[in-house]
Amino acid sequence: MSKTLAVALAATLIAGATAAQAAVTISGAGATAPAPVYTKWAEAYKAKTGVQLNYQGIGSGGGIKQIEAKTVDFGASDKNLPIGDLNAHGLLQFPTVIVGITPVVNLPGVGPGQIRLTGPVLADIYLGAIRRWADPQIQKLNPQIRLPNLPITVVHRSDGSGTTYLYTSYLSEVSPAWKGKVGASDSVQWPTGQGGKGNDGVSAFVRQTPGSVGYVEYAYAKNNHLAFADMADHDGAFVSPDENSFKAAAVHAAWSPSNGFAPSLLNQPGADAWPIAGATYILLYKQQTSPMGGEVLRFFNWAYQDGDGLATSLAYVPLPASVKEMVRHAWMTEVKFDGKPAL
Amino acid sequence: MAELSATAPEPARPPKSQRPKGAAIDPLFKICCAASATLILSALTGVMITLALAGWPAFSKFGLSFFTSTEWNPVTDVYGGAGPIVGTLLTAAGALILALPLAFATAVFLTEFCPRSLRRPIGVAVELLAGIPSIVYGIWGLFVFAPLFAQWVEIPLMGWAPPGSIWEAVFSGIPNGSGLLTASIIVAMMILPFIAATLRELLLSVPARVRESAYGVGCTSLEVVWSVTLPYVRRGAIGAVMLGLGRALGETMAVTFVIGNSHDFPHGLFDGGSTIASTIANEFAEATSDMHVAALAALGLVLFLMTFIILTVARLLIGAQKNV
Amino acid sequence: MFARRTRRTVASGAFMVFCTASTALAMVVLVAILGSLVYNGIGGVNLNVFTLDTPATGSIGGLRNAIVGSILMCAWAMAGAVAVGVLAGTWLSEYAGDSAYGSLVRLLNDVLLSAPSILVGLFVYQIAVKPMHGFSGFAGAIALAILAVPVVTRTTEDVLKLQSRQLRESGAALGTPMWTTIRSILWKAAGGGIVTGILLAFARISGETAPLLFTALNNQFFELNMTKPMASLPAVIFNFALSAYDDWRRLAWVGSLLIAFAVLAINILVRTLSREKRRP
Repeated sequence: MSKTLAVALAATLIAGATAAQAAVTISGAGATAPAPVYTKWAEAYKAKTGVQLNYQGIGSGGGIKQIEAKTVDFGASDKNLPIGDLNAHGLLQFPTVIVGITPVVNLPGVGPGQIRLTGPVLADIYLGAIRRWADPQIQKLNPQIRLPNLPITVVHRSDGSGTTYLYTSYLSEVSPAWKGKVGASDSVQWPTGQGGKGNDGVSAFVRQTPGSVGYVEYAYAKNNHLAFADMADHDGAFVSPDENSFKAAAVHAAWSPSNGFAPSLLNQPGADAWPIAGATYILLYKQQTSPMGGEVLRFFNWAYQDGDGLATSLAYVPLPASVKEMVRHAWMTEVKFDGKPAL
Repeated sequence: MAELSATAPEPARPPKSQRPKGAAIDPLFKICCAASATLILSALTGVMITLALAGWPAFSKFGLSFFTSTEWNPVTDVYGGAGPIVGTLLTAAGALILALPLAFATAVFLTEFCPRSLRRPIGVAVELLAGIPSIVYGIWGLFVFAPLFAQWVEIPLMGWAPPGSIWEAVFSGIPNGSGLLTASIIVAMMILPFIAATLRELLLSVPARVRESAYGVGCTSLEVVWSVTLPYVRRGAIGAVMLGLGRALGETMAVTFVIGNSHDFPHGLFDGGSTIASTIANEFAEATSDMHVAALAALGLVLFLMTFIILTVARLLIGAQKNV
Repeated sequence: MFARRTRRTVASGAFMVFCTASTALAMVVLVAILGSLVYNGIGGVNLNVFTLDTPATGSIGGLRNAIVGSILMCAWAMAGAVAVGVLAGTWLSEYAGDSAYGSLVRLLNDVLLSAPSILVGLFVYQIAVKPMHGFSGFAGAIALAILAVPVVTRTTEDVLKLQSRQLRESGAALGTPMWTTIRSILWKAAGGGIVTGILLAFARISGETAPLLFTALNNQFFELNMTKPMASLPAVIFNFALSAYDDWRRLAWVGSLLIAFAVLAINILVRTLSREKRRP
């Protein structure tokens, strides 16, 4: 019996080795916010070219850590690294799509877009200063609905997350109390609340818990039929999260390779700009030691060309064409394998 | 005389072709076996050394405050592991308190009261319970148990508690069924079959004459078990309990699903918390700063030492019992 | 006097009720868990589960890559664990005797048996994933092997110790070298018990999740290459169960159903095998 087992294992090893010749596989890990669109793109790309892109959503912090440890071919993060860190590690950072973070609530009788919140009020909720839904500060913003006297259950992320980074950066901008007490990062010390793993976990908790509030990337809110909130934008008008308001947030942004293509899209002035928007990034080594880097770039090049439809179907906003050109230029000039451009 | 002085001829060593085949391999085989045993030793010491080396920076920077502070702040890179450590102890203790009487009662049922025909099926059923993987308990706990617990226990109690009273503070927490209490209950379900199976073996090892003599003088079943059988297997029973405790401390997946993931001390019965295992499972893949990784490894070392000590004592106790 | 006797009888009766109720509770939990698995998972069991790979959001898919990945990693882990475990168990039973070193190895083996599996995952991350710069099925197999070895070692040692001295002496009397005695006589005689240990170890590692999280990661595609990240049923269940998509959660239930029933089937198989051995 041991002989048959040994033969069987050897057979799988050979099969695996030959399979390795047949299909090219790229591995990437990181942010959960863009995971729905990356996996959809990967599916379509495989059908077209046979190249397998295996993307695992382990959180932006995980993406940064694993690319620095060189255990994956590329990392993905909604939290942009400062240009100093990028240069120190020899990484290129480029955006793929624009995401919008939206607060979601679970209240009886409240549907998507039916509740209104502002930045300072959200900050107070997450600080634990506002504890019940019937609080006058929330009721004042929502004269048209009767808020129940439920206690507010705050849901946040338990893992290191670029979504958290964008959200806490926004709260830090609009609430000095938040900035002083908690600050902005991909993983913070939450004053109150329960932690969910990934955008998935937060969505699941909010769905299951009456009286809860959480923050998720918009695709998760839409796909899970969660009740998202309308937010007050920079000028005070209330905006709904959708592709148009995310696009409006990006209209004034100054994209440039010199800051790692990372302008802030938070709380932008202008009509109907969604206040909590940001780009999501890919991290790739400039000096490649294998053809994998070229494969990664080929994938994202295809995504730039043909992936916009899939992205908008999931409510992600594709980049403006001018930004795509800038990024392509960066690929050609900065990512090298064996001294030649990898792409 | 020459023949006498001649020593008896040495028995001729059989020629190589006649020696048993493979005799030369004997020492090699012994070395292979010993090496395998040493491999086990090195795996365990390897785990400990890796955790100690990786976690050292956290211990040296935070010192004793690592064990007393609940501040787990990746922004400022300040880590205090009191939340997960206390959560681990609370969950394990809670699980033990819930599981111990039930396990003991189940073991006694199987040895004393159960009709003979049912003994094997029920015994098998108990051991099947022990074999169910942790992740299945986790998914069952999250999707089936937690909503039921919320609906029938948490929300009624939270709604009943008069505002401002002590009860409101006691029955506070997250109303969706997750939390430290739920985690304790699920872990209790997991360790119950372990303790019950071990206790049953121990109870079966009590010689029949000891029990029969107790019955013979007119003891009731309760008295036989409580005053005669149990003290007889006391050492092993304590060992079984500690074995269950050791397993409860290290439980990861079932706990991660239902514990609520908060680094604070719990303030109410239904509050969320975290354990060392759930913290590592949640945060390791993405801990970027070196100090964050060191803090997680330090927590891992604490868990390792806790389980190591408890399991060693448990095995020694059970071993001593079996040799009696 | 009669009052005291009544009190004792009542107390004993109450105790019996408590014991029966506890056992009934344990049975209820078992039925509840198995029942939930069947109720939530059986509807999703169809041919797709075994022929399609894990889906992206909103697509149709199955668990093929996870099932194959789990089987592959467990098979490799068992290959390593059997080699090391049987040899180590043999050493403990035949060569070590009562020596201090033998007792130490036995103790540490038992500790490793019950050690938290997540720590083993961390250890293998440091020694296999970081240096090799990649998550891989092999790293996952190594982690599982470390968890399986103590089970195999323990059962091998126990079962070898049960063999009668005459068996060993018969080998020595014929002049066979020790290792031939062990291989041809002892291992053959104890074969059933060793196989039992192997099956138990397999059942144990097939449900392990935590060590795979940092070693094999996960893979949304079908992968036979062990040097790449591999999907596994437990990892897929972990990811899908915590998501908010109904189709993913349904697949998580199906995966749990598959694992739970595989483990239970192995346990029952082990039981029938050992019962058949005891009969002659």
